[in-house]
Amino acid sequence: MRVAFTLNGRPVEVEGQGDERLLDLLRRHFRLTGTKEGCGEGECGACTVLMDGAAVLSCLTPLVQLDGRELFTVEGLEATTRGSQFLERFAAGGGTQCGACTPGIVLSAARYLSETPVVDRNGIRRALAGNICRCTGYEAIVKAIEAEGGRKDRVQLALHPSDPELTEERES
Amino acid sequence: MMTSQSSPRTLEEALRRLSEDPACIPIAGCTDWMIGARSSGFEIPPLLDLLRVEELRGIRSDGDGLRIGATTTFSDLQQDELVRKSYPVLVQAAGEVGGRQIQNRATLGGNVVNASPAGDSLPVLLALDAEVEVASLEGRRRIPFRDFHTAYRRTALGEGELLTAVILPPAPGFQSFRKVGTRQAQAISKVVVAICAENQEGRWASVRIGAGSVAATPIRLRAAEAVLEGSAVGKATAEAAADAARGEAHPIDDLRSTARYRSWVLGRVVRRMLLS
Ligand SMILES: Cc1cc2nc3c(=O)[nH]c(=O)nc-3n(C[C@H](O)[C@H](O)[C@H](O)COP(=O)(O)OP(=O)(O)OC[C@H]3O[C@@H](n4cnc5c(N)ncnc54)[C@H](O)[C@@H]3O)c2cc1C
Ligand code: FES
Ligand code: FES
Repeated sequence: MRVAFTLNGRPVEVEGQGDERLLDLLRRHFRLTGTKEGCGEGECGACTVLMDGAAVLSCLTPLVQLDGRELFTVEGLEATTRGSQFLERFAAGGGTQCGACTPGIVLSAARYLSETPVVDRNGIRRALAGNICRCTGYEAIVKAIEAEGGRKDRVQLALHPSDPELTEERES
Repeated sequence: MMTSQSSPRTLEEALRRLSEDPACIPIAGCTDWMIGARSSGFEIPPLLDLLRVEELRGIRSDGDGLRIGATTTFSDLQQDELVRKSYPVLVQAAGEVGGRQIQNRATLGGNVVNASPAGDSLPVLLALDAEVEVASLEGRRRIPFRDFHTAYRRTALGEGELLTAVILPPAPGFQSFRKVGTRQAQAISKVVVAICAENQEGRWASVRIGAGSVAATPIRLRAAEAVLEGSAVGKATAEAAADAARGEAHPIDDLRSTARYRSWVLGRVVRRMLLS
């Protein structure tokens, strides 16, 4: 079957089986290998992407449901000015070690930071409950997100990728 | 492998597909289905995507109660004003289903039809004395939620039928929810309990207790309910109800916990909820 959707702001079309995982489409078809497979069963959050602005697991999302959706991956985040600055600060703050969990964590975090005027550790913990990290012990991750929340120029996602601000940033 | 898929926009269309091809699989948030489908390794039958069926989504008043469309997600439930105002017990359960990513996709209807004895919304719907609405090309019918789960992972859903909505009666005065898992977030329940009742001048009335992970299906704790009904609210009653609950559960040993632990915890949880 054929589905058309937007991927990091660009319209795309693919032909495939209805049960194909979004995760495989991203990595194999679109060669966007930022999105990682950890468990393939919904437990680890490494494959997190944003669909219509909401964090979802690409390992549990089949092609048949993608038509007309807006998908946003870590590559899309990195392509924005604030997104790439956030990624730099996140890494500098020790939020990443082996990096397997990072694409999922930064997307969950970016979504949380975009919808939460005043961030707090509890909220951060809750936003990240579906993302497992085997390396950092979480403390550095939570601290990095907390610090980001205190900045005036913190990462700000258009909760809908068609938001003009995001498009503008991507082009700059 | 050739499969055909469809994303109908209307319930009528979805039901027609289902009756033409009874082998096709309705899918919603896919948080249960994708895992089972991939581990089975068999050819995937045609898929029937329910997420675009307008009628299956959304929450609205139904008399003095609420009608919740089958594909309403656990995130939707937490954000909805009507649910937040009147059914905090459901909001709390929704917030403890998996992590954010799961809540954004997992649907109430999927939780009900998947029929796991550990499904977190199921004890809540038992305690609220909900009904489910199902539809086929022949028409719609309502089934009391307490009759919906007939045996381990079996439901009263017939061939050609879809779950269309969950209907909640007017909200009870006392509502409480507790889930015991391995960790606070994203853990399948070892024991999950919901209690709904009225506190009538210091006495328990209209008590309903739903419990999950303590038997082959989610169950009502009828003995504990009977102990409470008409009794004075307080420590002695709570303890008697906890003992009754331990006596009527039939938990199993599995990889998540042991039967002994579950019975013990069930009693503790019931007692604490009644004293809260
Ligand atoms: C990491 C992870 C954590 C989880 N944590 C929890 C948890 O804490 N608590 C909990 O209760 N569950 C949990 N689950 C299980 C799952 O998320 C829930 O059971 C969820 O509600 C299923 O809904 P869904 O929309 O994803 O269903 P789907 O996977 O889309 O469907 C499930 C089944 O129901 C059928 N179905 C769905 N909708 C309908 C309908 N309207 N009519 C007829 N048939 C239908 C499908 O054919 C399928 O057989 C977890 C799952 C994962 C992967
Ligand atoms: S790979 Fe999707 S949650 Fe682990
Ligand atoms: S940095 Fe290695 S899993 Fe998180």
